[in-house]
Amino acid sequence: MSFLAKYIGQKVRRTEDPRLIQGIGHYVDDIKLADTLHVVILRSTHAHAKINSIDLEAAKSSPGVVAVYTGKDVEGRVGFVPCAAALPDLKVPKYPVLAQGKVIFVGQPVAAIVATDKYKARDAADLIDIDYDPLDVVTDPEAAVQADSSVIHEEFGTNIAFHHSAGTGDIEAAFKQADRIVSEKLYHQRLAPVALEPRGVLAHYLPGEQQMTLWSSTQIPHLMRTQVALMLGINENRLRVIAPEVGGGFGSKLNVYAEEALLGWISMQLKKPVKWIESRRENMTSTIHGRSQSGTVEMAVKNDGTLLGLKYQVIADMGAYLQLLTPAIPTLTGLMLSGCYKIPAISMQCTGVFTNRMSTDAYRGAGRPEATYLVERIMDCVALELKMDPVELRRKNFPKPEEFPFATATGLFYDSGDYEKSLARALEMSDYQKLRAEQSEARKQGRYLGIGVSTYVEICAMGPSIALPAGGWESATVRVEPTGKVTVMTGISPHGQGEETSFAQIVGDMLGVDMDDVLVIHGDTSIVQYGIGTFGSRGLAVGGAALACALDKVVAKARKLAAHILQTDESSLTFENGRFVGAPNDSSITIQEIAQAAHTAHNIPPDFEPGLVATHFFEPKNFTFPFGSHLRGRGRQGDRRGQGASIYRR
Amino acid sequence: MITGNFDYFAPSNVEEAIKLLNEYGDDCKIISGGHSLVPVLKLRLASPAVLIDIGRIKGLKGISFEGGTIVIGTNTTHAEIARSAELKKHCPLLVETAGQIGDQQVRNRGTIGGSLTHADPAADWPAAVLALDADIIVKGKGSVRTIKATDFFVDIMTSAVKSNEIVTEIRITKPAQPQAAAYLKVPQAASGFAVVGVAAQLTLKDGRCEKVAIGITGLGPKAYRASTSENALIGNTLDAATISAAAEKADTEAVDTMEDIHASGEFRRNLTRVYTKRAIMAAMSRA
Repeated sequence: MSFLAKYIGQKVRRTEDPRLIQGIGHYVDDIKLADTLHVVILRSTHAHAKINSIDLEAAKSSPGVVAVYTGKDVEGRVGFVPCAAALPDLKVPKYPVLAQGKVIFVGQPVAAIVATDKYKARDAADLIDIDYDPLDVVTDPEAAVQADSSVIHEEFGTNIAFHHSAGTGDIEAAFKQADRIVSEKLYHQRLAPVALEPRGVLAHYLPGEQQMTLWSSTQIPHLMRTQVALMLGINENRLRVIAPEVGGGFGSKLNVYAEEALLGWISMQLKKPVKWIESRRENMTSTIHGRSQSGTVEMAVKNDGTLLGLKYQVIADMGAYLQLLTPAIPTLTGLMLSGCYKIPAISMQCTGVFTNRMSTDAYRGAGRPEATYLVERIMDCVALELKMDPVELRRKNFPKPEEFPFATATGLFYDSGDYEKSLARALEMSDYQKLRAEQSEARKQGRYLGIGVSTYVEICAMGPSIALPAGGWESATVRVEPTGKVTVMTGISPHGQGEETSFAQIVGDMLGVDMDDVLVIHGDTSIVQYGIGTFGSRGLAVGGAALACALDKVVAKARKLAAHILQTDESSLTFENGRFVGAPNDSSITIQEIAQAAHTAHNIPPDFEPGLVATHFFEPKNFTFPFGSHLRGRGRQGDRRGQGASIYRR
Repeated sequence: MITGNFDYFAPSNVEEAIKLLNEYGDDCKIISGGHSLVPVLKLRLASPAVLIDIGRIKGLKGISFEGGTIVIGTNTTHAEIARSAELKKHCPLLVETAGQIGDQQVRNRGTIGGSLTHADPAADWPAAVLALDADIIVKGKGSVRTIKATDFFVDIMTSAVKSNEIVTEIRITKPAQPQAAAYLKVPQAASGFAVVGVAAQLTLKDGRCEKVAIGITGLGPKAYRASTSENALIGNTLDAATISAAAEKADTEAVDTMEDIHASGEFRRNLTRVYTKRAIMAAMSRA
């Protein structure tokens, strides 16, 4: 197929934006159903405490309150919050949707108050009296592995959730051969993701139809459908999950949370729609956190700067429970420990530990920025130790363009790269030699000018199915309607990435139709075929590839019908700008005409299925490995601020 | 993040507001921009039964000049002060201070009277009104009184305004020319509140410091005038050595210091000395 790039690579206005800018899109809280009851969740104010008693009487008789539920009500009725990540000997604690007898982090749900409006529910929450018996708290992951630490999950007898080793190559030999070993202790602090729109759930169970619709601010409607159906014990196909507008996720909505199942269950009890919208405070305490690793990195090097081996010994903070991917996050750090350098031997020893804090999980890069930071930091330490220019040290250890695909000691194959090129461009843009000259001049005057350089590679387009607990493929359906309008149903779930636009660009170019004729539907499990979702830089790379494959199928089918109508061979036809041309009699037919003919089915070949629809499930063979370079000079007084360059190749 | 129940009044004049204040006493709170109060209500740290919104009272908002006096209505927002060309000309310290409060959204809503009355020890305004020797006009039932800035800040979150009084305006004598002024602060990373903030207002004559006032916020439970430093400057030629020596005494008046996750007491003292020096230098460089 050939097509002219009328849209792809061109500046087009985002089709999502008018409704978002005008505030007329629909987020979960904008969806109003008649008779909706409102839920407020009372959360633990203790990091670790035994619950002696909960007095609900005053709350239950508070005006407007319909019901109040605690751990006792859901015990045995709602399944545990799931962890999908699997590691050898991983200890997975049972994570109830409402605390049962004990709380182990601040923000853990303890009671759910249901009232006729959210204000009444919130007022009633103040009337619940919980008698806590505080227990010893451990929040520091390094303290959690000490013998004198309090144990959070008594059933395990330890706070250690798992040990994980990664890397290949003869690490001991590398360290023996080294001229020098440079080491550094690094701490990656905890972060709260804080999407602009907090989480929110609206659940509506119809007892007659035995069907439930769950609107949730999520990145993974399909995976959530499967998990929540299991938690509630209902058939997956009777649960419809809708991710309406989602105001950012950053990984924090790549999860299945207690509230999603809890709201579903409450709706089943009360047979009414129930809504819960997370407050910003809850968003800080009770939506997953990111990072929180503390480790020691060691690099074995030759005096000439040749890297021989890297060791990373790390304690990774899981938090109190394991959410969907919690233990998998530090394993991604392990995958990226080679950075964009040739390091023949790499070894990571990771200990995952429980602490009395909210679970960590996928947040912006999810384990990979930790790797970039520690690799780049140790490169600077090595350069300092060897008195080498940090730029030269990096250059020396880059794999050359001809060495790609490049196999790392962490088991990855970087498909392509030219790290020298992006670095050279950054050096040129920032006038690196001049910066260094200024730096030494400033130093003579007793001033300090800092120059920071970082070169990095990322692992994106998650990913081959083998690498992900629920598969890493993506799906797309393209349906050309009788009028020639094109409907795309994608399994990804964009929440700011803009695929309603970029997918329409792909369709516009590949089918030769106007972008405005394309509708991209996502985030509704009753409309869209099963999909994996949006995370790990996969939307366009994997979801877009699925779309392109589905479009190929549509064109192939259209070509069959075109050849039949134009009374020629398929091979003689060329598809360009939405039209099949090249028939001997110079006749041609548009994709819109084909769509109509495929639907009326008055003139189709004998073996031709009416309609013009195709679905493709795309399985990527590898990740993608975008890379870039950053360089910045900065003085103590801010002189040279803004002197910098960032180069990316995506 | 939902407040408790409250009754809401929006009086149209000060007298009506004062009447309501006397009627509801300790059960009520005044709200104007709401920038400090609303978060407190949402976190239910306070649940007053009555809110009296003075934000709709005409005549309490705006910047005017009465001869040699600058008059700022209590409901004037930080943003209005930050963009006042007249103030920039006659009293640049107010403009500079206002521009450094919070972020644009905060400046658009928050008011000078609200901020002063709230008496947050990390607020910016206290430093500026102290350095400008401002008068704060307060009205009560049948009474009007003037509180000097130096008497206004009593303790952490406590001002000299009584619970049945309302701040109506801030009056500042137009600084004599040639003036030199600067407000420098170390902002808390997230909120922009001052870890330490130093406002310096000087009048220079023939290279000598004829008049100086230094207001310091953030260090102690209440903002204060750094009198010891001022005395070391007044009448002197302001060379680097004199400024440094004076700034070294900038924390003398602070008996207690704030101490929190942003900075220890000792570090705050150090910041106070360093920023006093920088503030005076910055003021001089603009003279």
